Amino acid sequence: MKILIPIKRVVDYNVRVRVKKDGSGVETANVKMSMNPFCEIAVEEAVRITEAGKADEIVVVTVGSRQCQDILRTALAMGADRAILVETDVAVQPLAIAKLLKATVEQEEPGLVITGKQAIDDDNNQTGQMLSALLGWPQATFASKIEFTDDGLRVAREVDDGLETININLPAVVTTDLRLNEPRYVKLPNIMKAKKKPLDVVTPDDLGVDVTPSIEVLNVAEPPVRSAGVMVADVQELVDRLRNEAKVI
Amino acid sequence: MGILVIAEHDNHVIRAATLNAVGAATRLGGDITLLVAGSNCKAVADAGAAIAGISKVLHADAPHYEHGLAEELAPLVVSCCNGISHVLAPANTFGKNLMPRVAALLDVGMIADIVSIESADTFVRPIYAGNALATVRSNDAIKVISARTTNFDAAAAEGGTAAVETLRTTPGLAGLSDFVILESPESERPELTSAKVVLSGGRGFGSGDNFRLLEEIADKLGAAIGASRAAVDAGYVPNDYQVGQTGKVVAPDLYVAVGISGAIQHLAGMKESKVIVAINKDEEAPIFEIADYGLVADLFQALPELSAALDQLD
Repeated sequence: MKILIPIKRVVDYNVRVRVKKDGSGVETANVKMSMNPFCEIAVEEAVRITEAGKADEIVVVTVGSRQCQDILRTALAMGADRAILVETDVAVQPLAIAKLLKATVEQEEPGLVITGKQAIDDDNNQTGQMLSALLGWPQATFASKIEFTDDGLRVAREVDDGLETININLPAVVTTDLRLNEPRYVKLPNIMKAKKKPLDVVTPDDLGVDVTPSIEVLNVAEPPVRSAGVMVADVQELVDRLRNEAKVI
Repeated sequence: MGILVIAEHDNHVIRAATLNAVGAATRLGGDITLLVAGSNCKAVADAGAAIAGISKVLHADAPHYEHGLAEELAPLVVSCCNGISHVLAPANTFGKNLMPRVAALLDVGMIADIVSIESADTFVRPIYAGNALATVRSNDAIKVISARTTNFDAAAAEGGTAAVETLRTTPGLAGLSDFVILESPESERPELTSAKVVLSGGRGFGSGDNFRLLEEIADKLGAAIGASRAAVDAGYVPNDYQVGQTGKVVAPDLYVAVGISGAIQHLAGMKESKVIVAINKDEEAPIFEIADYGLVADLFQALPELSAALDQLD
């Protein structure tokens, strides 16, 4: 079985983002970029599934600029076999990404797609569900455990009420939550090997998908800043202030 | 303008988050239809009809709707979109799972996690863990939206007199996806996302057992208990305690963060709280930058003291 892993390049999770003065977005020039942490978990899961003999090929795909090759190489160093860059400078939105991925699925015919539940830049949490809808496949979102059964997968999902387990048929789309696994560190020899693995570049046109956004970003602003509070000396002062000043207890 | 709100429920009662989604729909203005899809959920449909502001309830009752599986619900929602300009659900795991699937079937984009409504097509939503607010305008014919529950007042659960229309249901998509079990920790405490007081613990607790110090105080304040990702990852508490960018968003009257350093990912889930208290032994912890009241102290000393001090209050 082949596994397809869609991944995204985002501002590194340790970076404190700054909003651009002109309100057009956040500053990404000279800012550290990385693979979205949830996508790293997706790659790791695919590598583990392959190591367990349940799959035999991992293809990673991303949509974005030329620079996105760096995260594809990282995924190849983690253990993916091949990479595809759908190259475009448009800030492609989730529905169009899902359409590009659907076209990729039709070409690659994977038995399973695993992707991150959300990207930590736009926090949309949409692409996996949209892809699954377009393909008419089952979806298992927010996965914290994936097990193979005789005819599909048993997936534990992190939901507001606790942990929900569902069985799904394959092919399917699974989106990862934080506790699915802990991604490995890539070792230098694997980074060297990854440079020789195939990386194909295609365009949205090649895939026959219009990536024009339907949602316009009018403005990006700083959120209101909370004014600094006070430090209290001890528990008694804290309780006094909560009772008499803030009036919340 | 026709607005469709998707009710989240457990086939017995409507979840509070649905009322916030209705609250958001009310801000849009227009006829609001509530879709109640489930199994043996007539009582929920009737309760939906009583929500203030609802003009019609669509009730779809079939075994394959029992567990709210997105594969089953999404085509049903789409079939209810005739004359509809906006489809709304709460931005919790129910809405996040379902609504993108609905949007894709409608071939429209989705506006996730809105915190304010500027006009019928323009919305504000947080990005980058709430470190920026994006104002976005949708050019799609139907706006598919999830609304952050803490930013919209709940509609009144009583006072409405909507008619209930029973939908003819179609057969389920056998074999695509099957519900197995929901493991839900038993708790007498208020629900985390709607509690007035939330006490959250972090890595500083060192073990799940030590969360008892927090529970003792939660009992006295009628508070819900939350946690940082670090505490959940370490296995101190279950996943549904997690507050943050990728967990739950809370905005209680009082949020007490204990032994939590305050990573931006955690702040994203609680910084809209009215009053924030931070207790941490590291005076450099970033949580103090947003706290209204900060106390530099060892939690193992401060929490028993706090518990005792609360007993002294009348």
